[in-house]
Amino acid sequence: MRSLLSLALAAAVGVFAAGAAPASEGPAIPKRTWSWDGVFGQYDVKQLQRGFLVFKDVCSNCHAMKLVAYRNLTALGLSEDAIKKIAAEKEVMDGPNDAGDMFKRPARLSDRIVPPFPNDNAARSANNGALPPDLSLMAKARKGGPDYIHALMMGYKDPPKDVTVADGMNYNTAFPGNQIAMPPQMQDDLVTYADGTKATADQIAQDIAAFLNWAAEPELNERKSLGLKTMIFLVVLTAMLYALKRKIWADLH
Amino acid sequence: MSSAPAPVWNNKLIKWVDDRLPIFTLMHGSAVAYPTPKNLNYWWNFGSLALFVLVVMLMTGIFLAMSYTPHVDHAFNSVERIMRDVNYGWLLRYLHMNGGSMFFIVVYIHLFRNLYYGSYKAPREILWWIGVIILLAMMATAFMGYVLPWGQMSFWGATVITNLFSAVPVVGDYIVSWLWGGFSIDNPTLNRFFSLHYLLPFVIFGLAVVHLWALHTSKSNNPLGVEIKTPADSIPFHPYYTIKDFYGVGVFLIFYMFFVFYAPNFFGEPDNYIPANPLVTPPHIVPEWYFLPFYAILRAIPDKLGGVVAMFGAIIVLFFLPWLDTSKVRSAKFRPIYKQFFWIFLIDCIVLGWVGANPPEGHFVLIGQISTAYYFFHFLILMPVLGFLEPTRPVPASISQPVLKEKA
Repeated sequence: MRSLLSLALAAAVGVFAAGAAPASEGPAIPKRTWSWDGVFGQYDVKQLQRGFLVFKDVCSNCHAMKLVAYRNLTALGLSEDAIKKIAAEKEVMDGPNDAGDMFKRPARLSDRIVPPFPNDNAARSANNGALPPDLSLMAKARKGGPDYIHALMMGYKDPPKDVTVADGMNYNTAFPGNQIAMPPQMQDDLVTYADGTKATADQIAQDIAAFLNWAAEPELNERKSLGLKTMIFLVVLTAMLYALKRKIWADLH
Repeated sequence: MSSAPAPVWNNKLIKWVDDRLPIFTLMHGSAVAYPTPKNLNYWWNFGSLALFVLVVMLMTGIFLAMSYTPHVDHAFNSVERIMRDVNYGWLLRYLHMNGGSMFFIVVYIHLFRNLYYGSYKAPREILWWIGVIILLAMMATAFMGYVLPWGQMSFWGATVITNLFSAVPVVGDYIVSWLWGGFSIDNPTLNRFFSLHYLLPFVIFGLAVVHLWALHTSKSNNPLGVEIKTPADSIPFHPYYTIKDFYGVGVFLIFYMFFVFYAPNFFGEPDNYIPANPLVTPPHIVPEWYFLPFYAILRAIPDKLGGVVAMFGAIIVLFFLPWLDTSKVRSAKFRPIYKQFFWIFLIDCIVLGWVGANPPEGHFVLIGQISTAYYFFHFLILMPVLGFLEPTRPVPASISQPVLKEKA
């Protein structure tokens, strides 16, 4: 009767092998290594600062990041004064004041990052009908996360001969369906890094992916360090509980 | 609840309370002296683990509800506020989110342990029924909880599942509007789901108490499947099983915390980090992993009503299991043929889950239909027939008998 079970197992394995790789998924995204990989991995603050520069100078011209406040940027190692200056570059609507009027004022630390457009319709109208998505959670909202973001940034290629790209669209190997409204952004020396890092297109793509991962998971550093302490505590506790269990049960046998 | 003699309380205060409300006597009878089979293996840890997870879910849920806003315009952002601005809010939410998956892992193992050792058989039928009702209540709670973050998968998962009720003849559409509280999934739906998601765990807690009551009446089954016959067969619950359960909780916490701290979104769908949008349908709508086998059964039947009936039937059939299993022998240890079909059935459930995770096209359709048919074949034909035909191995006279033999 053992054979009955092994036969069923073999059939199940066969079934799994035959059904592997479903057809309608997006293109495969290669796995990259990041500073925050693994149990001990943490964000590289210098990389986050570079990524933020890219976001501020390039991405934020079209994309919002409504869930992140200026005060959160202290986590990137920027000084409060520097962030205040960055915030004050943008204006927000406030009010009503004592006279009952709405007024504009420079953004403060407590404000969320000011979006480039007042509403979705304005964003669409300025972008050929396409809505640039909010980037706050992009690294968690796409399969592959930061790997996908990097692959998308670097995925602009000339379309194959049999593919016609629609008007206003761009061919991208990482984007599901391969046609994306966002034009290619990455190029060497798109920005100038203050820390002397050479701004190659690939470097910029890595840095923006790292920054967007931070925007989506700002708790990661704290989570991983608390996790390590928790795990050490639990392993010691469980080992002691096991020893106690052995001792209590010893008199039974 | 227990057959152990009532304890004598020496402490005056305890005696004063116990004479008026015998809470200490109750605790002594059901958690200290409670006679437990001496031969339980580690598969018997999963009952107490389920209670542990339930308490974790209640505690984290109560604190999450303090910062959550059940409104279509604010729900998604209020969850993100918990993640970003509430002190240790990310920890609370990841504990709760992964706790849901942990609850189903623990309960499914608990359920399959039942199937292996025949724990549902007389005199534990009602104990088993309450367990199945708890599973149904857990499914309802988990489904409604998944809607609360109001992401894309929340919205579209709710759309698919509530639309199932439109398959009911004649009144189907009325039932769906009634469930929604309107003509589409909108704010009233989210509000009532939040209310019920908060209520049902307390119902589950009450059911768990009744589950324990029934358990302590018939006592635990055990790997041999023979009842406790002499005092030598059992040991007091404390300290033997209290320490064993604590050790189990320790091992379980290591597994649970690994996901919470290092892979918090492992069980989730990336699409649920996109705010709900009624105008954009995600390419694949998939339920949470613990519903996938049932989702596969739903889609295996080409007819909508038939699929819904089959899906609910897959759980309802469990209520009849004590009578569908005609074998005189309880434990699979002494049922050489059933033991193998048990593992085949487990593989069938995993295949169903895998089919449920994939789009219903190509060979997935056929595999889904075959494994659905096998699911019902196992319960409706195999179990009754096997009980009559199977040559079982000799069952020991008592729990302590085989133990003594091993010693000799």
